[in-house]
Amino acid sequence: MKLLSFIPVLVVGVLLLYAAKDFPEWGSPDAPASKSPVSSHFIANTGVDTEVPNMVTAVLADYRGFDTMFETVVVFIAGMAVLAILKNSGRKKLVKREFEVDAEPDLIVTNTVRLLVPVIQIFAFYVLAHGHVSPGGGFQGGVLMGASFILVALSWDLETALIRFPLNWTTILGGLGIFLYAGIGLLSMFLGGEFLDYSELANIFPVSREMARYHAMLGVEIGVGLTVTAIMFSLYANLSTEGRLQRGL
Amino acid sequence: MGLALFNTFILLLLVVAALLALRVKDLLTASVVFAVYSFLMCLLWAEMGAVDVAFTEATVGAGISTVVLIATIFNLKRKSSD
Repeated sequence: MKLLSFIPVLVVGVLLLYAAKDFPEWGSPDAPASKSPVSSHFIANTGVDTEVPNMVTAVLADYRGFDTMFETVVVFIAGMAVLAILKNSGRKKLVKREFEVDAEPDLIVTNTVRLLVPVIQIFAFYVLAHGHVSPGGGFQGGVLMGASFILVALSWDLETALIRFPLNWTTILGGLGIFLYAGIGLLSMFLGGEFLDYSELANIFPVSREMARYHAMLGVEIGVGLTVTAIMFSLYANLSTEGRLQRGL
Repeated sequence: MGLALFNTFILLLLVVAALLALRVKDLLTASVVFAVYSFLMCLLWAEMGAVDVAFTEATVGAGISTVVLIATIFNLKRKSSD
């Protein structure tokens, strides 16, 4: 059976290698991606339209904002699905596994984490807020923020982390993030534009149409960051304890 | 020349990491090797100039997904059955 499945793998592999011959050179200006009018439009107009130096963020949060909004919804749904499956399932009783030991949180580890976590969180805020100018944005900032709480859970125990980030916040924060994103979109729709056409926000805020898009992108990224932070932590907390929320990893 | 050498080295390591992640019987080792794979990918993205993608790969691929995999393995048997 293994040999039989190896044959299609080999055939597909050879075909892929054969097709790779037709790829354009790395970074070649003649590549179809660089030649298409879409990318040259973004390169030429991002700075003019939105005043955002980082084109990737501008495409992600503005030109392609609808896609990013539902990416955030997908993250939210994934978290809710894990919660729904694990919440009332499995062995409720704590079964001690043979490799588990009762140990106090290690002094060196906890004190190192005590120093690290604030730095990680400040860096997360920086990545989130500076996403227009430098690489970064809502997803990365949110993941970093969630990781800082996971680090607390790993070095002390899950209960300590849950005091700092109660799990019933995650549903609220996750929903709030999407609400913020869709709210900015809807607000610009009510102001006369299309859904997620941030430039209409210039009607109510004292900024130019370009800067309205610039700042609305920040708002949208904050929404994404909130959802991702909450869902990443709830994923970890539920998966490591099978939904019992005590004594995990 | 130096860049081509770097790319070849990273790509070779990628193949080794991918094969190792499939072959290893211990799931914990496999997920750590998988994190190595993600980090090598991250280096490759950064070298190509896609810094945003590299950042996402480093945080999500090498960071969170490894933690989530390990958290899941904690509740399963560590040995792979195939």
